Amino acid sequence: MFGKLSLSAIPFGNTIAMSAVSGALVLALVILAMITYYGRWTYLWKEWLTSVDHKRIGVMYIILALVMLLRGFSDAILMRLQQAMAAGTSHGFLHSGHFDQIFSAHGSIMMIFMAMPFLVGLMNIAVPQQIGARDVAFPFMNALSFWLTAAAALLVMVSLGVGEFSQAGWFGYAPLTELQYSPGSGVDYWIWSFQIAGIGSLMTGINFIVTILKMRAPGMNLMRMPIFVWTTLFTNVLMIFAFPVLTVALALITFDRYLGMHFFTNTLGGNPMLYVNLFWIWGHPEVYILILPAFGVFSEVVATFSGKRLFSYRSLVYATGAITVLSFSVWLHHFFTMGAGADVNAVFGIATMLIAIPTGVKTFNWLFTMYRGRIRFTTPMYWTLGFLTTFAIGGMTGVLVSLPPADFVLHNSLFLVAHFHNVLIPGSLFGFFAGYVYWFPKVTGFPLNEMWGKRAFWCWMIGFYLAIMPLYVLGLMGMPRRMEHYANLAWQPYLVVAAIGTAVILLGIIFQITQLAVSIRQRHDTRDLTGDHWNGRTLEWATSSPPAIYNFAIIPIVHDIDAFEDMKEKGIAYTRPERYHDILIPRNTSKGFISGALAFVFGFSMVWYIWWLAILSAIGILFTVIARSMDDDVEYIIPAAEVERIEDERHRKFPSIASDSPA
Amino acid sequence: MKGSVPFGFAGLSALCALAVLAGCSDIPLLEPKGPIGAAELSIISVATVLMLIVVIPVTVMALWFALRYKASDPKGDYAPKWSHSRKIDLIVWLVPSVIVTALGILSWKETHRLDPFKPIDSAARQINIEVVSLDWKWLFIYPDLNIATVNQLVFPANVPVSFRITSDSVMTSFFIPQLGSQIYAMSGMQSRLHLLADKPGIYFGQNQQFSGRGYSDMNFNVSVTSPKQFDAWVQKARQSPDKLDRTRFNELSKPSIGFPVTSFSWVEDDLFDDIMNKYRSPMGEEQISFRPKTSAAGKH
Repeated sequence: MFGKLSLSAIPFGNTIAMSAVSGALVLALVILAMITYYGRWTYLWKEWLTSVDHKRIGVMYIILALVMLLRGFSDAILMRLQQAMAAGTSHGFLHSGHFDQIFSAHGSIMMIFMAMPFLVGLMNIAVPQQIGARDVAFPFMNALSFWLTAAAALLVMVSLGVGEFSQAGWFGYAPLTELQYSPGSGVDYWIWSFQIAGIGSLMTGINFIVTILKMRAPGMNLMRMPIFVWTTLFTNVLMIFAFPVLTVALALITFDRYLGMHFFTNTLGGNPMLYVNLFWIWGHPEVYILILPAFGVFSEVVATFSGKRLFSYRSLVYATGAITVLSFSVWLHHFFTMGAGADVNAVFGIATMLIAIPTGVKTFNWLFTMYRGRIRFTTPMYWTLGFLTTFAIGGMTGVLVSLPPADFVLHNSLFLVAHFHNVLIPGSLFGFFAGYVYWFPKVTGFPLNEMWGKRAFWCWMIGFYLAIMPLYVLGLMGMPRRMEHYANLAWQPYLVVAAIGTAVILLGIIFQITQLAVSIRQRHDTRDLTGDHWNGRTLEWATSSPPAIYNFAIIPIVHDIDAFEDMKEKGIAYTRPERYHDILIPRNTSKGFISGALAFVFGFSMVWYIWWLAILSAIGILFTVIARSMDDDVEYIIPAAEVERIEDERHRKFPSIASDSPA
Repeated sequence: MKGSVPFGFAGLSALCALAVLAGCSDIPLLEPKGPIGAAELSIISVATVLMLIVVIPVTVMALWFALRYKASDPKGDYAPKWSHSRKIDLIVWLVPSVIVTALGILSWKETHRLDPFKPIDSAARQINIEVVSLDWKWLFIYPDLNIATVNQLVFPANVPVSFRITSDSVMTSFFIPQLGSQIYAMSGMQSRLHLLADKPGIYFGQNQQFSGRGYSDMNFNVSVTSPKQFDAWVQKARQSPDKLDRTRFNELSKPSIGFPVTSFSWVEDDLFDDIMNKYRSPMGEEQISFRPKTSAAGKH
């Protein structure tokens, strides 16, 4: 009836896991109780859970990302504490199986359930508005993507309390992930959560490519798109080419584990090296999927807060394109030490180095955007400067490990761990934080508190250096990654410093939470009625904050890269149009949420071999999608009069805008 | 807002703290004990210096521009429309390209020179050692001496060591940080590694690739000895009552953590090849490998 699932799957003996589970449950209950108490269920369901509005979906993605950031960071704290303690004869406070789950979960969560939702959330919020569109090309598919991602994230969370998570690392090398070496439910949780989220990402990729290529406002040719739109486009190209490889690799390991096949086993003709290749053919482009959107955010932020056009726009576009293409030709650098010949290693090593050229170009473009500008030191700009000063070090160590002979001694060491944290924290995460602060007033209508934002920044920045720089030294001292305990006492002082750094970052996160709370509390005093809180340059600042459901009452006509800046200069930014038109808006639907819920049930029952439930939920998803495609009534009309009422109200609230309008 | 000066301070203070820490401990990769490690260190150093040509200006420019053009107290002129300069474009594409070209040439040459599969040129006769990665211990077979050890590797200084490496379990990585180059151990396949130690000494070796429960304890001692000491050690190993036949091996290959250092005075013939061959396809197909020529261990 319940497959392999029984009460013994719940780790009652593990105090740390159980307290995490009970903490999460209590928190969930409190939230549910509050929703009930304030009678917000209908609102939540009608306005959010069933929404197909790209802005709402964007917000839900970012909430998911922030929640998963807390989870992934909790894992980081546990790992840093364990390694700071477990020197010499001490084995710390985590037993090895638990430690292995934690580092596997940390990597999986930060990549797939923190960074991915964060960047897709930012894309959702900004891209349609930046190109002057009313929504994405496929609003329902957008909701479906989100709910699949959320379902997968929930699957990871459930693994905390029912069964276990993978103990084989976030990249799950075969044959360690084969049934013979990992018989528990952990690898299955990892497989199904990645698989479900991956399908969501693939659909996001399709959606945004079509949106960007087909839905730009008149006049916005490709070479007038904001850089964030360009990086989003390239990111989504990467997604649709890379994610199917992950899907296949995971499917094959699924066949091995569930059906006794031998794609990646040691025996009967299986080949683990094939898995390693397939995984990184996805895994390396994935790194650029994480970093390109952040590069886009930095480009927007640096131009806005330097009060200046972006330097060498074309160069930036070509550089991004070059990174996109090159990112598919470097995957082998993840395993120079597998014993490929010198020719193969050298070719992939040099291809990897080539990426440093366009990346360097981009960096200089941001610097020269600041040059002869008027720089406003706002929180998004702080994150950007933090990135510019820190990322270069990560880039440098990246080129180092791209040299095969250097990699032969640095591979799988803490030097490598330091390198990719040095690239992904300043490169991706700081970019996402910059985007979060930058677009927050657009989404909510009030800005985030600057003082707390800057405090949080300093904690992150100092904490980052303290937590990551010692890892470089440890790598040079020969310490491998993923050690649950170690005999070499010389390593311990560095790991203690790293643990202190993690504590400083924790303070930064606490400040970010404070920032959010303080900003919400002060919202009535800080409300932005102009829609253009930062004096922005691109079209998203032309809409009201928060934007009306249709974003633009009249689709703007674009004449410049900095379309909104151009409109402001010409004095037509707030011109009231002579007449409004009816607007077609996609209708909300519960089918995205239902599909997501069924996908969760499917994943869970596959993990536990509950076949009947897996079949039922799969059929359920199929029927939901069929029902959706049979539904012809998926849009509704906002009449011109209603549009006029909404727009007039906006203009009334902001007298200086109204005075702009023609007689 | 003044703000960007502390950016530098944050970084600097962290680096200073590290330098102080680093001063009080050994950093094996910076003090290699053999030519392979030394060559790899020199590549790391050369590449770092080359890249600092870009990294230092980037950091300086970021801080300098941020301070100079801050809106609250600007020093330089304001050119909001200025967004293109052929000269700057040329420089920012050219300089990184030149550096990467230099690094690329370095990479091509050194990758070939330091290919772990390539034997080391030396007047001394090389010593052959077969390495088997097990859950979670290392078996070292000395085929020419017909002895074997677990979790202890002994060889003389200034003699090239030729390793043949395989795994009887999952994928692991064989690494002695002080001597340079690691290489994966994979079942059904043979990796090659050639190392040489300049100086006698006690070093540490480890599995560098996560391999499950016992990973953290999958270490081994490395004793690099004088030729005389080595002969003495071989004699001592030959006294061991323990012999490694297939039955004993099967027992040894069962998963265990913290297996004690053990010597075997005798090893059954072709044990290494048999361990490798048991993973080859029963249909008699060649094991797929990057290097089919060497993968079958010369037993075509």
